[in-house]
Amino acid sequence: MGETSRLADGLRAYGLIAGMWIRSSLAYRASFAMTVLGNLLLSGLDFVAILLMFSRVDSLGGYALPEVALLYGLSVTSFGLADLMCNSLGQLGQRVRDGTLDTLFVRPAPVLAQAAADRFALRRVARLTQGALVLGYALVAVDVDWTVLKVLLVPVMLVSGAAIFGAVFVAGASFQILVQDAAEVQSAFTYGGTTMLQYPPSVFGKDLVRGVTFVLPLAFVNWVPVAYVLGRPYPLGLPEGAAFASPLVAVACCALAGSAWRAGLRSYRSTGS
Amino acid sequence: MGSGRLYAAVAAGGFRRYATYRAATAAGVFTNTVFGLILVYTYLALWDERPHLGGYDQAQAVTYVWLGQALLAALAIQGGGFEIELMERIRTGEIAIDLYRPADLQLWWLANDLGRSLFQLLGRGVIPFVFGALFFPVALPHDPLTWLAFLVAVLLGAVVSFGIRYLVALSAFWLLDGKGMLQLLMITGVFCSGMTLPLNVFPGVLGEVVRALPWSALLQLPADILMGKADPLGAYVFAAAWAVALLAAGRLLQSSATRRVVVQGG
Repeated sequence: MGETSRLADGLRAYGLIAGMWIRSSLAYRASFAMTVLGNLLLSGLDFVAILLMFSRVDSLGGYALPEVALLYGLSVTSFGLADLMCNSLGQLGQRVRDGTLDTLFVRPAPVLAQAAADRFALRRVARLTQGALVLGYALVAVDVDWTVLKVLLVPVMLVSGAAIFGAVFVAGASFQILVQDAAEVQSAFTYGGTTMLQYPPSVFGKDLVRGVTFVLPLAFVNWVPVAYVLGRPYPLGLPEGAAFASPLVAVACCALAGSAWRAGLRSYRSTGS
Repeated sequence: MGSGRLYAAVAAGGFRRYATYRAATAAGVFTNTVFGLILVYTYLALWDERPHLGGYDQAQAVTYVWLGQALLAALAIQGGGFEIELMERIRTGEIAIDLYRPADLQLWWLANDLGRSLFQLLGRGVIPFVFGALFFPVALPHDPLTWLAFLVAVLLGAVVSFGIRYLVALSAFWLLDGKGMLQLLMITGVFCSGMTLPLNVFPGVLGEVVRALPWSALLQLPADILMGKADPLGAYVFAAAWAVALLAAGRLLQSSATRRVVVQGG
């Protein structure tokens, strides 16, 4: 079977499984509406914290509120996309422990697509919505001379950012096949990563910025391209072209995560139960 | 067996149960350290801009961050303790068996949760805190009595946290699906305890309100006692009053809930 047909196969399986979970969550509409509202409040709290900070100061790390909101909106929206699509991978360790991962192997669809679509939770659109709202505010409020290039860079950042976070989810799931009850390590990189990107790079220590630029390249989700949009110095003195490298970084991350996933599956030993 | 020994055994069980999940504990230590790092840098930037914000200097703000990471799991600030299990037992009806046991339901779960708290404090709290103290400027007292006063405040905080979560768990008698309540518990816990931002930084009336709510006994008061910012006695009275009120409300709700229990024959 060719790579493309495998991909099509995976997407089709993903769509079918996710569709089933969406129908089941919409069966109780009032309950669904309430959980979405709750999620919206919950994911909005960290922005409320930022607003509270800005009620006491005018800038943070040299960035004003609209600029921090731009970082926040891009980070949370792209993370929200990845979170909606792949969050279920975070519970893979549970499936390894109780042996239900086995059932995914016998079905005629790629295991990754099944594991990612499993328990697809439409209520997670809340985070995406909340991020998009803040992003909308930031795009209006921020003081930027918009050029065509800068405008085009915004959707590129969102898609690349979602792919980079998606790769982190897949890599984390591969790790969970090895260490089954270490789901929190994954949270440190996913939730921790998106939290960190909500603040300007100038806030963090040099070593930490190096780590999220060269080791786990989260900086390409928003920090580096936003520096170009805002006309700020690039973190770590990266070259001018780095602002447009996000798609390449995203492709590289996905390729690495894919091989980590295959290695993880090869090392999988069933519980036998 | 004396009832004191019974509850001590239940607490020991709660402790041991969490001690079995070694990888989960290590993963939790890692996560708390990473989040502590992120928060510390944002706080340093904030206090750089406004020195003495909320009456803290930079070292005190940093100490506050690492205390929060140390107490997050121990005091189940965003939930994640016995309440999920109790709600599940209420939903499935297994609660009927618990009500027949010759032990008090509330005390049984309190003992269990205190055991869990102690393990989480030692297993998950100490390492991120030591890491923070080693790599960042912190403001810690040398007087052992202050540390003792801090630990008493943490214990009171654990009881207040239990009181809140017991009420949330009992809501399952009426709501059956506890997802919404657990979410509410998480929102209020993170926001009102001062996990996102110290409560003394909250502006105006909002600040006064959050400081009067029980959640301020979870992180803000122990932190202020450790850093010599609060009078221990006043803090104890505040926390103990909330603990008594919440436990009493739990009793009341429990007796009206158990009257509702209908055991399906089988």
